[in-house]
Amino acid sequence: MEPFVTLTAVAAPYDRLNVDTDQILPARFLLKRRTDPAYPTFLFRDLRVRPDGTEDPTFVLNQPAYRGAKIFVGNANFGGGSSREAAAIAFDTYGIRCVIAVSFGDIFYNNCIKNGILPIRLSDDAAASLRNQLHARPGATLTVDLPAQTVTDVSGQAHAFEIDSFSKTCLLEGLSQIKLTLRHSDAIAAFEQRYREKISWV
Amino acid sequence: MTQPRTLFRKIWDSHTVLTDPASGEALLYVDRLLLTDTSSFHAFDLLRAEGHDIRRPSQVFGGPDHFAGSKGNRLEHIADDERRDLVVALGENCAELGINHFGLDDPRMGITHVVGPEQGITLPGFFLLCGDSHTSTHGALGALAFGIGGQTAHILATQCLWARPLKAMRVSVEGERPFGVTAKDVILTIINRLGPAGGFGHVIEYAGSTIRAMSIEERLTVCNMSIEAGARGGMVAPDETTFAYVKGRPRAPHGAEWDKAVAYWRTLPSDPGARFDTEVALDAQALAPMVSWGNTAADAAPVTGRIPDPGDEPDPERRRSMERALEYMGLKAGTALTDIPVDQVFIGSCTNGRIEDLRAAAGVAKGRKAKVPALVVAGSALVKAQAEKEGLDVIFTQAGFTWGSPGCSMCVGTNGDTVGRGKRCISTSNRNFVGRQGPGSRTHLVSPIMAAAAAVTGRVIDVREMMKGET
Repeated sequence: MEPFVTLTAVAAPYDRLNVDTDQILPARFLLKRRTDPAYPTFLFRDLRVRPDGTEDPTFVLNQPAYRGAKIFVGNANFGGGSSREAAAIAFDTYGIRCVIAVSFGDIFYNNCIKNGILPIRLSDDAAASLRNQLHARPGATLTVDLPAQTVTDVSGQAHAFEIDSFSKTCLLEGLSQIKLTLRHSDAIAAFEQRYREKISWV
Repeated sequence: MTQPRTLFRKIWDSHTVLTDPASGEALLYVDRLLLTDTSSFHAFDLLRAEGHDIRRPSQVFGGPDHFAGSKGNRLEHIADDERRDLVVALGENCAELGINHFGLDDPRMGITHVVGPEQGITLPGFFLLCGDSHTSTHGALGALAFGIGGQTAHILATQCLWARPLKAMRVSVEGERPFGVTAKDVILTIINRLGPAGGFGHVIEYAGSTIRAMSIEERLTVCNMSIEAGARGGMVAPDETTFAYVKGRPRAPHGAEWDKAVAYWRTLPSDPGARFDTEVALDAQALAPMVSWGNTAADAAPVTGRIPDPGDEPDPERRRSMERALEYMGLKAGTALTDIPVDQVFIGSCTNGRIEDLRAAAGVAKGRKAKVPALVVAGSALVKAQAEKEGLDVIFTQAGFTWGSPGCSMCVGTNGDTVGRGKRCISTSNRNFVGRQGPGSRTHLVSPIMAAAAAVTGRVIDVREMMKGET
């Protein structure tokens, strides 16, 4: 996994509420492996591509200024619905490394971290201000600083965000959580023995 | 004196291996991990790439459901080679690693959220996970059950999950359900009340006399849709109904161990005075059959109602969201829900694919004729076999419904059972998202009896009118 430390990149604003994971990655692509070279084209497929197969020029990632975006700025209840890890994989393969929203579906939030994507929760006002700036100046960049836990907007104002230290460590070091957890193998084994004495039917 | 604790807290505490002091995250021990055909291949790929073993394969259960064909239970019934390969790969991975597996032709196969309770894989007090958001279903037995995404590989390797502390919500439903009001209508009303994100960061305990009076299958329906209110999980305290349901199931404890287990399970219900972070109360007697009209399950109204007017919505973002939903759904504000025409009907899914659901739907279909295509898909092979033993398949087919083979089918359309662009499907499933049943599909969520009633009339109808005079 690629470590995430700081990132200055083009950010794409998207105002809709309740963008569920079916929108991010339609279910028919669930069977694809992440190594599939077409994976980046599955992200927001039904919003990016019209039924007749042509691109919808109104969708933010189809607009030239935002095509190379590495940061995506959404609204409230982003990534709710289906638990599909593929939604995070779609962002990852597209090249989005950071998703900012007012709130996230719990599972999607975790899936982002597992896939090296930094999910950032900002207040309603801060997220709206970011989106408005990005709409006003297409192709403008934001700077995300994970060690400092700040997002610096187009006007230069820094917005602080919260992230738990475990997720932060995993992202900063690009570490697989499995390897970190296996450092606790002795504690897990001891717990398991005690647990099985009580809950013998497990 | 120990603090009074909630059911959720007791299960959380009893599974906590350690807590990371810096992050406050708990490392929780996992009793049961379920694997489906759609998501598990990412996990096996990762484990191989990093070279990890499976810690407790006997506590892991896999089987195909999303890709299982509704036209039959063999590989040839799966839509294409790509899906077939994934179903085969799941079976091979499970066989190689010693993981329990209910394959396509296994008499116990089915939707993982139907199979778990049915086989006694799901038990009270357990912490159960699956890479599918509707894992909250299993909480109906007094278990703590979450959907997870990318953590499947982590659990296979460590049998543990890191989790941030969650809040406890209690939704109390009191009173007797009126005629024609099902468990599905109860949960659709709850979601409508909470909103699609009202349960964020919470595990919901469903309580009150209405829930207590429900069968386990009804409780499974309620807990199933917790995620549609944004909640991580949903649960019901184990009681005599639970014990009666669990007893004798293949994986349930037996003999002396059964007695030991029941004694433990009796300690699980929330203590008197336990504090919930959020409390919501609902009067069951005020409920009616529900129909969803928008693109979240919260966008639902009693069947006697009308499509709401976005113009009445004060919040501009919410108003735009409603307008977009109505445009997508091809509906106009103010239209009576019973004036909505129907193109097709789906009865099944982990929400409403169990035997009681099929019996109820068959009761409405009996002696009538479907006016639109209607597909009935049992949640598991055992549900299908039981339904056939009771002659429900004959009732459905004589009424012109199609009787399918078990799986997730048209709920999510990943097996090829999709709803066409612009077509309107009345469905007993759990999601009415944009494109959920296929690109451009329009879904209305209802109970099994409402779905059967829509099939035989060709429009949304208040099933209570049809049931009058019938028992």
